[in-house]
Amino acid sequence: MRRVVVTGIGVICASGRNRDEFLQSLQTGRNGIQTLARNAEWGLRFQSGGEVAGYCQAEHFAPKEADMMDRFAQFAVIASREAVRQSGIDWTPELLADTAIVTGSCIGGQATEDQGFQDVYKMGKPRVHPMTIPKTMANAGASAVSLEFGITGPAFTIATACSSSAHAIGQAFTMVRSGMTDFAITGGSEAPFSYGLLKAWEAMRVVSPTVCRPFSKDRNGMILGEGAAMMTIESLDHALSRGAKPIAEIVGFGMSADAHHITQPSAEGAAKAVRMALKDAGIGPEQVGYINSHGTGTSVNDSTETRALKLVFGPNASKIVMSSTKAMHGHTLGAAGALESTAAILALTNNFIPPTINYSEPDPECDLDCVPNVARQADFEYTISNSFAFGGLNAVLAFRRI
Amino acid sequence: MSPASGAGDDLTSRVLRIIAETQRKDPSQVTIDSSFEELGIDSMDGVNIIFALENEFNINVPDDEVKNIRSVRDMVEGVRRLVGHADSTGDTAPAAS
Repeated sequence: MRRVVVTGIGVICASGRNRDEFLQSLQTGRNGIQTLARNAEWGLRFQSGGEVAGYCQAEHFAPKEADMMDRFAQFAVIASREAVRQSGIDWTPELLADTAIVTGSCIGGQATEDQGFQDVYKMGKPRVHPMTIPKTMANAGASAVSLEFGITGPAFTIATACSSSAHAIGQAFTMVRSGMTDFAITGGSEAPFSYGLLKAWEAMRVVSPTVCRPFSKDRNGMILGEGAAMMTIESLDHALSRGAKPIAEIVGFGMSADAHHITQPSAEGAAKAVRMALKDAGIGPEQVGYINSHGTGTSVNDSTETRALKLVFGPNASKIVMSSTKAMHGHTLGAAGALESTAAILALTNNFIPPTINYSEPDPECDLDCVPNVARQADFEYTISNSFAFGGLNAVLAFRRI
Repeated sequence: MSPASGAGDDLTSRVLRIIAETQRKDPSQVTIDSSFEELGIDSMDGVNIIFALENEFNINVPDDEVKNIRSVRDMVEGVRRLVGHADSTGDTAPAAS
């Protein structure tokens, strides 16, 4: 099997409009969560979200181009452009024919769909916009990326709720590792801020009316976020042969299904995915220097994730260093696995641990070191990123310094 | 004879009926003294029942209240309080936190 490396990273989210801004936010623990732009109009039980402040599609796309894409697909293209630029890839006809695109999205272009349904149900209009179907489809991000660069290789989208883009990166990783393709663009994007969807989140009673405080005793729920993180990955040989500088190596991927409950997580299921990722990477728990946790800030997730890590790390659990960056950028659902893998890689390559911000009170049920409030300097060789989705579908990625 | 009828008033029996319907239980199995464990009510079921109660009684149950609901009796008492409250304020008041 071939070694697989990351050679480009692109980001757009509440914590940064690009990779450098995102890195700076992670290093300084900057809060990206703000009052929802349409809060007054919507009147929801929660008022905040991780929106990309001041996003203007005209800065990124020609009008006709923008008309063809929902916000979530636009984010996928913007992040892909930045990743591709950093990779320094020189597109040849052979490479365009061979490159894979694997994206994750949980809800696709649902804001477009929501608008169309409002038109017919609420406004009584006789017709919905003809672009509603192609803008809503969950694979619109992958398709937009293929159109952007003219890539004709294997391209598809994985939808596993909050694990979607972790599964996507894992899939792209296995495709490059096996030799099916030399080069892939992978990650995820999401744009969940539309009234209908937010009403559905409100009904679940898992969104915080105040702030997201992962692992803190007074935590009271998640905060939603939007954005995208995309990376270019390739075989180590391919990267070196073209003179590219690898950023980090992808060394392991683990996944599991809880078979426990449609929404409640299971420590055993999560632990199984973490164990599988470590085994795949050929490392022991004691070698993991940083865990970017799923850490949603809900009561149940954070205590269950703590139990899961204790199951895997055993006596080494007291040495775990983990954090949840969701407190800063929000829970970006289908983009979360990619955005947080990116955070883990940036931490690894810049020798620091991003903090869990908004932390205020220790919880005996979440008694691992979650790097409260302030980033920390640290040198480490391995990092993992946890994604544990509704539906009990788990995905864990392991990365190594290179 | 039915344990549910022993609970008394109309509001109570409506709450018990909603719980039974949402949990897909026979109404005779749900009494005001039933525990969530007996009825197999987990946290998601609880949220589903409260949704049904909100619709039945035209009330809004704040998230903070939901956390404190541990039993069928809590549900009945919570609904009784909110129904009284809704009379005076209506249920369109914004849920400021």
